[in-house]
Amino acid sequence: MHGRVKVKTTAQQEEEKRKEREKKLKIYVAARDACFSKRKEGVCDDEALQLTQQLLSSNPDFATLWNYRREILMHLETVKDRDEMQNIYEAELSFLEACLKVNPKSYGSWHHRGWVSARLPRPDWARELSLCDRCLSLDDRNFHCWDYRRMVVKVSGVPVDQELEFSDRLIGSNFSNYSSWHYRSTLLPLLHPQTPEAGQEPPHASSPRGPQSHRVCEEQLLKEYELVQNAFFTDPNDQSAWFYYRWLLGRAEREETVSCVYVSREDERVAVAFSRPVNICDLPPGTINDVANEHNLTVHWTGSHTHRDCALYTGRVESWCRDTATDQELFRSELSVEKTSVLQSELQSVKQLQELEPLNKWCLLTIILLMRALDPLGYEKETLAHFQTLKQVDSMRSEYYSDLCSKFMIENTILKMEYAEVRVFSITDRNLTSLCHLDQLLLVTHINLSSNRLQRLPPQFAMLQCLEVLEADNNFLENLEGVYHLPRLQEVSLKNNSILSCRCSFRAQISVSSGTPVLGIGSFCDLCSYLAAYK
Amino acid sequence: MAAEDLPSEFDVVILGTGLAESVVAAACSRVGQRVLHLDRRSYYAANWASFTFNALLTWIQEQQEGPQPEQGKDWSSLLNDGEELIHLSNPDLDSITNIQVVSYASEEDEEVPDTAKEETSANSQLEVESAGSREEKSAEEESAEAEGTNTKGEETEVDQSHPGASSGPSEPTRKKISYAQLVKEGRRFNIDLVSKLLFSRGSLVDLLIRSNVSRYTEFKNVTRILTYRHGNLQQVPCSRADVFASRQLSVVEKRKLMRFLTSCIEETEMDHAYSSQPYSKYLQDQQLGENLQHFLLHSIAMVTEDTPTEAGLASTRHFLRSLGRYGNSPFLFPVYGLGEIPQCFCRMSAVFGGIYCLRHSVSCLIVDRDANRCKAVIDSRGQRISCSHFVVEDGYLGSRSSVTTPTRLLSRAILITDSSVLPGDSEQQVSMVTIPPGEVCQSAVKMVELCSSTMTCMPGTYLVHLTCQSVGSAFEDLSQLVTKMFQTPESQEPGGRPTVLWSLYFNMADGSVPGVEGQGLPSNVHVCSGPEGSLDHEHSIKQAELIFQRILPEEEFCPPAPNPEDIIYDGESPTPSAEEDSGKEAGQQEESGGDLNPQLDE
Repeated sequence: MHGRVKVKTTAQQEEEKRKEREKKLKIYVAARDACFSKRKEGVCDDEALQLTQQLLSSNPDFATLWNYRREILMHLETVKDRDEMQNIYEAELSFLEACLKVNPKSYGSWHHRGWVSARLPRPDWARELSLCDRCLSLDDRNFHCWDYRRMVVKVSGVPVDQELEFSDRLIGSNFSNYSSWHYRSTLLPLLHPQTPEAGQEPPHASSPRGPQSHRVCEEQLLKEYELVQNAFFTDPNDQSAWFYYRWLLGRAEREETVSCVYVSREDERVAVAFSRPVNICDLPPGTINDVANEHNLTVHWTGSHTHRDCALYTGRVESWCRDTATDQELFRSELSVEKTSVLQSELQSVKQLQELEPLNKWCLLTIILLMRALDPLGYEKETLAHFQTLKQVDSMRSEYYSDLCSKFMIENTILKMEYAEVRVFSITDRNLTSLCHLDQLLLVTHINLSSNRLQRLPPQFAMLQCLEVLEADNNFLENLEGVYHLPRLQEVSLKNNSILSCRCSFRAQISVSSGTPVLGIGSFCDLCSYLAAYK
Repeated sequence: MAAEDLPSEFDVVILGTGLAESVVAAACSRVGQRVLHLDRRSYYAANWASFTFNALLTWIQEQQEGPQPEQGKDWSSLLNDGEELIHLSNPDLDSITNIQVVSYASEEDEEVPDTAKEETSANSQLEVESAGSREEKSAEEESAEAEGTNTKGEETEVDQSHPGASSGPSEPTRKKISYAQLVKEGRRFNIDLVSKLLFSRGSLVDLLIRSNVSRYTEFKNVTRILTYRHGNLQQVPCSRADVFASRQLSVVEKRKLMRFLTSCIEETEMDHAYSSQPYSKYLQDQQLGENLQHFLLHSIAMVTEDTPTEAGLASTRHFLRSLGRYGNSPFLFPVYGLGEIPQCFCRMSAVFGGIYCLRHSVSCLIVDRDANRCKAVIDSRGQRISCSHFVVEDGYLGSRSSVTTPTRLLSRAILITDSSVLPGDSEQQVSMVTIPPGEVCQSAVKMVELCSSTMTCMPGTYLVHLTCQSVGSAFEDLSQLVTKMFQTPESQEPGGRPTVLWSLYFNMADGSVPGVEGQGLPSNVHVCSGPEGSLDHEHSIKQAELIFQRILPEEEFCPPAPNPEDIIYDGESPTPSAEEDSGKEAGQQEESGGDLNPQLDE
């Protein structure tokens, strides 16, 4: 048509592009082969530097070429002087900047940049920081850049308060940023550490505090609570803020200690429970061989310079010494040593959010955690109700919530048991799906887990070294790994379960279903064949 | 320039270079129509134009002097049998009224200009060495980063090349900018006659992208939305980041606002329940605090108390959809002013063969009496040019349009001030301010404050545009607000408010008044209205698209322009450089004021 601009057709354009690509590929393959053969021959010349540069600028994720480049640069270091190397490395940095434009998330480029920066005779850290800032302004969640930036900050000694301001700025522009929140969590303890007298001393006075506390002083904490509340009130579905909030409310992990020592004369056994998993050794032979004497036992744990004494007096058959869950508020450990008033007001504000967003899972979960920290037994009913809602609104994770709820129910039962000063642990008809805190049950002689939803008695069940009677009727138990190593077990009741297999026989009085003949102590039976007969 | 005859035949003749006319020109040229695009004025973009300070002074003078009398020539000799004439008039006759200029800047510098100049440059050198300059620079970088669209780095270059002039605001003892300085730095101003913004997801942005006209222009994000309430300016939290950072809102308000903003994107049953009730009632029933209702009604939906719920929700959604596309606010502003946009479309038309003449008008139309179609036009030089369609800015129809429709007016004020209405972390803020009706003025006032990085005012100054529907004259409507929000000699109590250096008030015809279609005009004459009072450009773009569809119902409206490398050039076609040149020439014209610029057209 008259006057109309003629434009190439799509087919023409495609064809041109295809040819262009083919040409490029040929050049690329040739250069790559040249590089490989040069490297094989151990050549470290300028041409190799040129070739790798060409290839890497179009494909910065070619790790082998970065390695080759480093070999060449290290070789150059041996033949060139400091100023020449400065120039070479500076050129390398500008080349890397171009590579980062091709792929801002290239592992190879960022790693190489870190390597070059560290070897640069006169590094310009300000420039590196501004590069990171530019990069983060384009993508504030580029974790490669965050990593590199942390390295630069560390080496160049940027003051912590400046970094906190930096994190303020990034959170201000977009708070859905794990990197930013996490960075805060590393900066705050350095900038506003908890003052020793203000903080509650950790319960284990025997172990000194680590040189670096992970806690933050209360004044700053209150500011952080406010900041993060602004975030989750603005967008309650953003999990990054909730996770940071949990970190703020949380406290350090339990230190490694001997939490319980149990001595049994008749079995010649000492059972030691640790607060954290440890590698163990055998009891030296002949420690408790004397039938009547008094034994004063001290368990030293060199790993964390801790020890615990336990005396077995004359005439006693057993003895123990332990931390109690009630004294140590062990089960509140996930949330906070903070003052109750602070937690109480946090609970109020999260409840306020829950009124606005009754179905928000993060909100519900946080309420549960706060209630646990404040008063696990007092809030038991409310907690259970919130778990019900949680399972409905977040059905994808309902099993997780069931396990978590089981954990809390077990904790509460342990507390009740300790208050009652008994060695009987009974938790029935509570929809338990998993067992935990078994280390706390070392001294239990009777356990009743009937009418729950348990599928297994895990290997850790062997921690119940004093267990004599086990009832677990009306569950979904399929395997019984955990009961094989219980030296004092006398009675087992597993009515109405779905046990599939049992690979070894064991010595106990077993009742599998009603009307089953009771096997006397000491008699052996092959459970499998036994079960087969009653299925 | 020598009077050259134009070709005597075109497909489309367009008179007036306002936004709608320019879009039609680009759309027609793009699909191969032969377009002649004329404007009686010596500048592009009609009432959409942007002027340097000095050009604005000239424009004011012209407007006040009134139009040159037209000599009524007799063109009947050019008529054939069965043809009759429709005479056109001067578009400037009554579109601009009540011009009033108030200058507050001292006429001359207080010191001898030469020494003053030396002093400023000395100060700025000192500043470069001081620590403070680093902060200033980073703020500048930030604002550059905040831009959503392509930055060519031009503006920073310009800034740095004139360090002496830009040092004003950061000096501790600020020197008043004199009128002489405004005139001297006049070229740094690009003062728009209309004040509008682009919604990031509005039809103009879509069109710019779709047609590739966006190549010719660049934009800045409006950085904040402010509102005037109880005599105070407040920042309106509209994005997620704003809500998070806001110090005025309680956490509960934050939640309520965010919930409302996210939920109202989707239509719900509840919306229909309010279909006959005002939006303000709807907002009240959403359990939003008074604060939030104000933000939503006046700053986000930008509607009035009695706007129906449906319309209110539609505007709210439009606002929210635009949010976050290019930054933390839903608006874009073209660097170098709004007058750039019609010119960009003209440039596109010129690239595709459109012929451009300024200071060149159409005296009358020749109409075929039986067919009631416009066969040809007679230009201001008496040449008969035949065309299949004629597109015209409504101003040229003069009395024809205003007889039947009551004229509605917009009140405009343009201020040059020395500081921002709400000083923030960065000096380079582009602020959109809503002043609800009844707060100071009778009607709702929209205010846009532009900083120097938008290339519309000299460094150290801000350009403030105020727009509202007229009740009285512009001065009557707006001067009270100016006195309240800014420091003028009339201001009662002195305070840290920005000082007005210079101000201009005028009324402009409101283009949203229903057009003059079908008022005895031939069916192939299409009328474009001038700028209207809304903040966006929807009206003109829609109008342009409708006109294009009437002219060429089968053709696509503004398909993407091909990339230069995909254009096939053979012997007859323009060479690549010629194509580039023609684009440039269209741009150069406005500076040289060239009368006639015949394009390469085969």
